[in-house]
Amino acid sequence: MIRRGLFTASLVAATVIALTFLLLPLLAIFLRVPPGELVSQLGNDVVVDAIRVTLKATLISQALILLVGTPAAYLIASRAFRGRALVVTLIELPLVLPPAVAGIALLAAFGRLGLLGGTFEALGFSISFTQTAVVLAVTYVASPFYVRQAIAAFEALDQTLLDASRTLGAGPGRTFFQIALPLAARGLAAGAALSFARGIGEFGATIMFAGSLQGLTQTLSLAIYAQFDLNFDVALALGGLLVLVSATVLFLAKLIPAWTRSTSTSLSPFARIGSS
Amino acid sequence: MDALDLDIALTLRSYRLELALSVGRETFALVGPSGAGKTTVLRAVAGLTRPEQGRIALDGTVLFDAAKRIDRPPEERRVGYVFQEYALFPHMRVEQNVAYAGGRRAAEALERLGITALAKAYPGELSGGERQRVGLARALARDPRALLLDEPMSALDTHTRARVRAELEHTLDQLDLPVLLVTHNFQDAAVLADRVGVLVDGRLRQADTPGELVAAPADPFVASFTGANILAGRAAPRADGLTAVTVDDGSVVYSVDSAAGPVHVAVYPWEVSIAREAPDDSALNHVRGPITSLVTIGNRARIQVGTIVGEVTTASVERLDLSEGEVVVASFKAAATRLVSRDDL
Repeated sequence: MIRRGLFTASLVAATVIALTFLLLPLLAIFLRVPPGELVSQLGNDVVVDAIRVTLKATLISQALILLVGTPAAYLIASRAFRGRALVVTLIELPLVLPPAVAGIALLAAFGRLGLLGGTFEALGFSISFTQTAVVLAVTYVASPFYVRQAIAAFEALDQTLLDASRTLGAGPGRTFFQIALPLAARGLAAGAALSFARGIGEFGATIMFAGSLQGLTQTLSLAIYAQFDLNFDVALALGGLLVLVSATVLFLAKLIPAWTRSTSTSLSPFARIGSS
Repeated sequence: MDALDLDIALTLRSYRLELALSVGRETFALVGPSGAGKTTVLRAVAGLTRPEQGRIALDGTVLFDAAKRIDRPPEERRVGYVFQEYALFPHMRVEQNVAYAGGRRAAEALERLGITALAKAYPGELSGGERQRVGLARALARDPRALLLDEPMSALDTHTRARVRAELEHTLDQLDLPVLLVTHNFQDAAVLADRVGVLVDGRLRQADTPGELVAAPADPFVASFTGANILAGRAAPRADGLTAVTVDDGSVVYSVDSAAGPVHVAVYPWEVSIAREAPDDSALNHVRGPITSLVTIGNRARIQVGTIVGEVTTASVERLDLSEGEVVVASFKAAATRLVSRDDL
């Protein structure tokens, strides 16, 4: 009995240590400067500019990710083809790639002296160190989070429902929009939340490829880095803001699976228990 | 020619499916054990599985022809498909499900199946029988030229089975379409279909009316599938015109069928009578032994004596005061004893 109590106690101790370690730094942000002070710092020009740049870049990049990532994920999920596993692995590669590598790679491809830089130059525009570069960097790093989740969501669909749609006279396009998309919506939303959270905190690839120009390419994360020499309180306020945004997105992503569970039918084994 | 004609071949996991079939304006049931390739036939007709060889035509329109490289996609085939668990779209109300197939005919289809009152419900709120009717209404709203039903009774519990089967029988009778249904249950097939085909390991063993399948099974599998007792033995013709079969357990059974060599003896349970003593009547075959099992099904009882199962009324069971373990005699006439060659198996 004593030994079992000791074991449980050590499990509890480990959990408490882990939680403390993870939460203490976040708490410190809010404890170091009084909350009122944090809020007033948010009116600072640097902060306002950073919020504007971050929101704009993240929203555009999120739109691109959904628009291109959704059909690509549907294709990969619904077709068996040679090299499918390789394609999925390549899509996931940016997940494990150091962001600095992503940044230098983007420069090598789209930078002024890069692979396609000359082509863009000839067409009269350059990408690096512009807002376009921020969007590209965020998209590059965040999109795998969405696409991976979207593939899983489409794979989990009941193929019989897609077959039924076809036999009822709907072509592949109508089947996608009216059956596959609504039924996979939960999984897609969870994936979008993850990629949004990753995109909003992007740092390494952005600073290498887009630089950190206030009002142009300086996102919230970059502003923290720029401010922590100049005005530590502003840096803390930015940090506090990002903690709140990230936590909100995480909670939303966790809530999504519970969403529309009541409208599902016999086709999900979970619902069958409830409805029989 | 208003008919569904198919002649297809494709290789499945452990055998090759080869089936030629013509279904007129009737209900044809493909029966067979699970894994016999029944669902694959339906999927091929609907355009969801591509056969390797052959041809499928509906009302003279070619849906599939391997030689001519014709393969119409499912949405162009006008084939109504009711899936095994009905495959209703869970995010749509009943009326939306039915209107998905054909908006103009939706109200009519709901009315035809008597489910107008369920129009606003979601599939998750329906009972098994109601789901089946929605699946049927949706398939019919497509205005199909043929109807396919995959195990229409399997998703139902035993309580509602009989009622839903009667409803389905009624609905199918009203249709003026070729209907191809698959089931592993011979009784369902016998009730619902005009003709029944027995499919085993991708081959059609026999296709006939349910009555003919019971009266003249082509092989032992068909006989046992329709519910007969099957005994293995060796047949030898006798001078009096009867055939004597020495069953593997040593007993001898007589039949009016002529045969010689290895055979299977098929006897239907309802041809077997049970008595305390061997009766002095026209029955030639008697098996004496203790009752090894006695199962009551409604007003009937299935009684096993040795290798023979007999079916008698519960009234007889009470009158004879039968119970498990008691020694009785199971009798059946030589005229009710079918012999089928054993080479077929």
